[in-house]
Amino acid sequence: MDTIIQLKNVSFAYETEEEEKTLAVKNVDLEVRRGEFLAVVGHNGSGKSTLAKLFNAIHLPTEGQVLVEGMDTADEANVYDVRRRVGMVFQNPDNQIVATIVEDDVAFGPENLGVPAAEIRERVDDALRAVGMYEYRLYEPHKLSGGQKQRVAVAGIIAMRTDCVIFDESTAMIDPKGRREVLETVRKLNRELGITVIFITHFMEEAALADRVVVMDGGSVAAEGTPAEVFADTALLRRTGLELPPAAQLAAALRENGVALDGDTLTPETCADALFRAAQKAGVV
Amino acid sequence: MIRDITIGQYLSGTSFMHKLDARVKIVCTFAYIITIFLCKNFWSLGLMVAFAALMTLLSRVPVRMLLRSLRPVAFILLFTAVLNLFYTKTGNVLFQWKFLMLTDKGLFTAIFMAVRILSLVSVSALLTYTTTPTALTDGIEKLLSPLKLIKVPVHSLAMMMTLALRFIPTLIEEIDRIMSAQKARGADLETGGFIQRAKALLPILIPLFVSAFRRAYELAFAMECRCYRGGEGRTRMKQMKLGVRDAVTAVAFVALIAGVVLLSRFFPAVI
Ligand SMILES: Nc1ncnc2c1ncn2[C@@H]1O[C@H](COP(=O)(O)OP(=O)(O)OP(=O)(O)O)[C@@H](O)[C@H]1O
Ligand SMILES: [Mg+2]
Repeated sequence: MDTIIQLKNVSFAYETEEEEKTLAVKNVDLEVRRGEFLAVVGHNGSGKSTLAKLFNAIHLPTEGQVLVEGMDTADEANVYDVRRRVGMVFQNPDNQIVATIVEDDVAFGPENLGVPAAEIRERVDDALRAVGMYEYRLYEPHKLSGGQKQRVAVAGIIAMRTDCVIFDESTAMIDPKGRREVLETVRKLNRELGITVIFITHFMEEAALADRVVVMDGGSVAAEGTPAEVFADTALLRRTGLELPPAAQLAAALRENGVALDGDTLTPETCADALFRAAQKAGVV
Repeated sequence: MIRDITIGQYLSGTSFMHKLDARVKIVCTFAYIITIFLCKNFWSLGLMVAFAALMTLLSRVPVRMLLRSLRPVAFILLFTAVLNLFYTKTGNVLFQWKFLMLTDKGLFTAIFMAVRILSLVSVSALLTYTTTPTALTDGIEKLLSPLKLIKVPVHSLAMMMTLALRFIPTLIEEIDRIMSAQKARGADLETGGFIQRAKALLPILIPLFVSAFRRAYELAFAMECRCYRGGEGRTRMKQMKLGVRDAVTAVAFVALIAGVVLLSRFFPAVI
């Protein structure tokens, strides 16, 4: 698998009044692989959003180098090319929708890229279908639910045909139903269109579905690995203030009480399977 | 309830007026408003009113909706009518009681002013009822584009207008939320004199402004992420194209204005 974004020993400090500059991101070395679903977790203030903004040249590294498809984000001439490859969906859908009609908003990105009118139309329709919002194309955004608005925001990015989309806690402000809709949409885009996804989240059950998890702590990468590896490391979780996904919590509690669960128990599905196997073994079913 | 607010006041539809190019509608609306203030006799005024009625028919906007848009101006309408009625001192006296004097010219002026204001408001309402905010701002941008030559930032102005329209419902929702929050903390917004009430507004305005600035900041980030770089090199999904319908409308308007000019020549001015 080739690399789409590469961070080489990247540090970043916000411009502040104070003399002492604290680094929001410290000596991060990271590779994002093409086509993967990468989750980034970490407690509040651990530098996740700052990291995200380094990926698409919103912030430029104070030290080190960020390469997107081999292009250095610090080079002014590359900024536009970087952003047309790496899109970003923010937390609050209300603050990223610019137009008063859904389809006009989705068209905003391609219009900025100078795509011809007929092709924009095609891209907008495709993007709205991909996120399941085609029927709502003529709605006014404020008449949609949080999950629907966020899906419109996602459509606005994929209509730009970016290779990679960063989600900065894009599910944090919406209700559980909307959250599921958005997550399902994102996984589908990742699987079917091969879009690389960087998914920043506070919800461990979402991180459990990723191909790879990066744990941030105090601005540095505390660990990276598959969800199974990361969530098996209890010392790491305690140190970085993270919890297990709910399904894994249940499994751990059951194990403590003598239920012998084997295999993966990170997601509700795998946990249910493990329970079923345990029940079969015990002769209950 | 808050979700029900419509941005601008567009009523979706597929009528003749809906399908007209926004630029044509904007120009014609302005032309109409200027022309109606040039009408000096009942014949030309009647022609203008008939034309407004025709436009209403072609827009399929229910008369009830038009009347609703007139409600806010009812007071101004009454005020100017009464003022004109008794303020005009020239013409033949129809009626006199102490210092109150009513002349035929005063009566006519009052009628003319009332009809002009009514038509002005109805015609502008028709424009906003049949044009989406996006089409409206796009139309204004296109119409003003010659001003780019003298360095007027036309694109930025149009973008500002779009964003303002987009954020009206969001901010109204926000006000609602802040008011509930302050009421829950015991804020009293309904009683007291003017000064007291104005003071009570402060705890609402300050959070509103703080949040508006935060939103603006985030929005700017989001727009940058979507490769926004101003109007340079930007294309549009919805191209504005003039068609037969627009040509017909333009000719009808020229005919209307010619008609008004002719009627003003042949019949004496009454005001
Ligand atoms: N605009 C800013 N100016 C100065 N310091 C900032 C700014 N934004 C963030 N910081 C600081 O940088 C550090 C990392 O913040 P960041 O927003 O990246 O964390 P995060 O992991 O995204 O947190 P959260 O989970 O709350 O979103 C924090 O210590 C924060 O106080
Ligand atoms: Mg954050």
